[in-house]
Amino acid sequence: MTNTLHRYGAPETLKDDYIVFAMTARGINDEGSVEKFKTFLRIAQKHGPINLGDATQGGVYRPSKRLNPLAHWFRKDERDPESVVMNINQPTVVSAVFDDPKALKAFLVDIKKADLGLSVNISALIDSAAEIAKQAGITRHSVEYSLGFFGVLDKLPDRATLSLATMCGHGMISFSLAKKMIDWVKQSRRTPEEASAYMARFCSCGIFNTTRSCRLLNECSHRTG
Amino acid sequence: MAQEPQLRYILVYMKISLDRCVACGNCVAICPVGAIDIDPVINRAMVDQDRCVECFACYRGLSTEHLNPTLVRSIRKVFSWFRLRFDPEPDVCPTAAIEPQDLVWPRIVRRAFSDPLVPHESTGIHGRGTEEVKTNDVTHRVSEGEVGFTIEFGRPTVSASFRDISSVTETLAAACIAFEANNPVTHLMDDPSIGKIREDILNERVLSAIIEVKTTMERVPEILRIVREAAENIETIIAIGVSTRCDAEGGSALESVLHDEGVPFWRGKTNLGLGRASQVEPVAGSG
Repeated sequence: MTNTLHRYGAPETLKDDYIVFAMTARGINDEGSVEKFKTFLRIAQKHGPINLGDATQGGVYRPSKRLNPLAHWFRKDERDPESVVMNINQPTVVSAVFDDPKALKAFLVDIKKADLGLSVNISALIDSAAEIAKQAGITRHSVEYSLGFFGVLDKLPDRATLSLATMCGHGMISFSLAKKMIDWVKQSRRTPEEASAYMARFCSCGIFNTTRSCRLLNECSHRTG
Repeated sequence: MAQEPQLRYILVYMKISLDRCVACGNCVAICPVGAIDIDPVINRAMVDQDRCVECFACYRGLSTEHLNPTLVRSIRKVFSWFRLRFDPEPDVCPTAAIEPQDLVWPRIVRRAFSDPLVPHESTGIHGRGTEEVKTNDVTHRVSEGEVGFTIEFGRPTVSASFRDISSVTETLAAACIAFEANNPVTHLMDDPSIGKIREDILNERVLSAIIEVKTTMERVPEILRIVREAAENIETIIAIGVSTRCDAEGGSALESVLHDEGVPFWRGKTNLGLGRASQVEPVAGSG
């Protein structure tokens, strides 16, 4: 889940972006962890996450390998959080994405109470994460800071494209797809929700934040150039 | 017989079926490294095997419809006479034309580091294969006063060659910086003490790869300087993460060091300390 570390954006653009993920360490606490991961996601589901994921199987948004051609006109909402939970069959990394700090706090209270023994991390603004954890009665153990990007920075695209594409840190959302979606929303060829869903299907860990994506796409569509 | 391995290497990489491709162009936009384009002579999508990092974003990420290619080409041709173009769903390969191959060494290294659904054999972890401080509450890898660095090459979505990575790891090793043993890139070094990555994979490109080092709080400015200078001399981008163990009140001594260095650090990961070792008792400071 280093893939959540380097999300691009100024602090004010990251206030609706909280990824909580759980994992085990091989040989230390991974035995018998499958049910614990399922429990983690079931608890998360009670608090209205906008995305769920299993790093080995995929997220709520998934591509379909037998798509009906009518999908070009009438595409069904194929989100299926239950299958994410049910398909966990090995030690993995599971994640839940929240856009609301109150929901996150309530989730953390429940996770602490559940005492699953999994390593639980919040990937978000550092100060917000510490504050919300404190409110949930948790003192943080360790922190990892993103210091950003160095080197040949002229290889990077514009801010909006970078903000969208880095919501999959594994690089599965290409700059050109993110740019294409910005353009399509600007041209009213797709809604921000539809464009966000297209991108989310490429993020196989289920950590793409569709709320933030819609907001960014809306902001892009309201400006010129 | 002696030429067979070489022949297999040349042939085996991600392909798009010439029989099935209808040149709709959807795969062109979704390729993270821009390795796919439409050949104007044959009017089919082609994969540039040097650029392709075998991330499988095209094969796995695109939905498929399994339409008849001849039918789709005919419709597209009639439309093109009238300067019309069907506006398809952008995340669909209408004819399921993408055909992954069974990769062989050394090309298989590309997929191991680029496809997040393939676990690294060396660590058993999916994605880029590292645990960093995400499990520090049970591994105790980074203690108070220590700092863990994650130095990721090729991110975001730029890709990197192992030749570039090796040039930086050799520079770090020359400064007596030791690499995390339980890390996929370290496993590919001929000799971690000199940081040299094995010769036969130096030309392989990956979407990104992470090296990890652990050091003291005092050496943070020096390592930051070395990495930033090294980043100026390679043809890719480096993303840096730094981590530490918090004190009993949840405070982080690393923040004042970063503040003094003038680097922004508003986003990151917070380990909540809810993990529990259930199989073995880890040795403090190990790893």
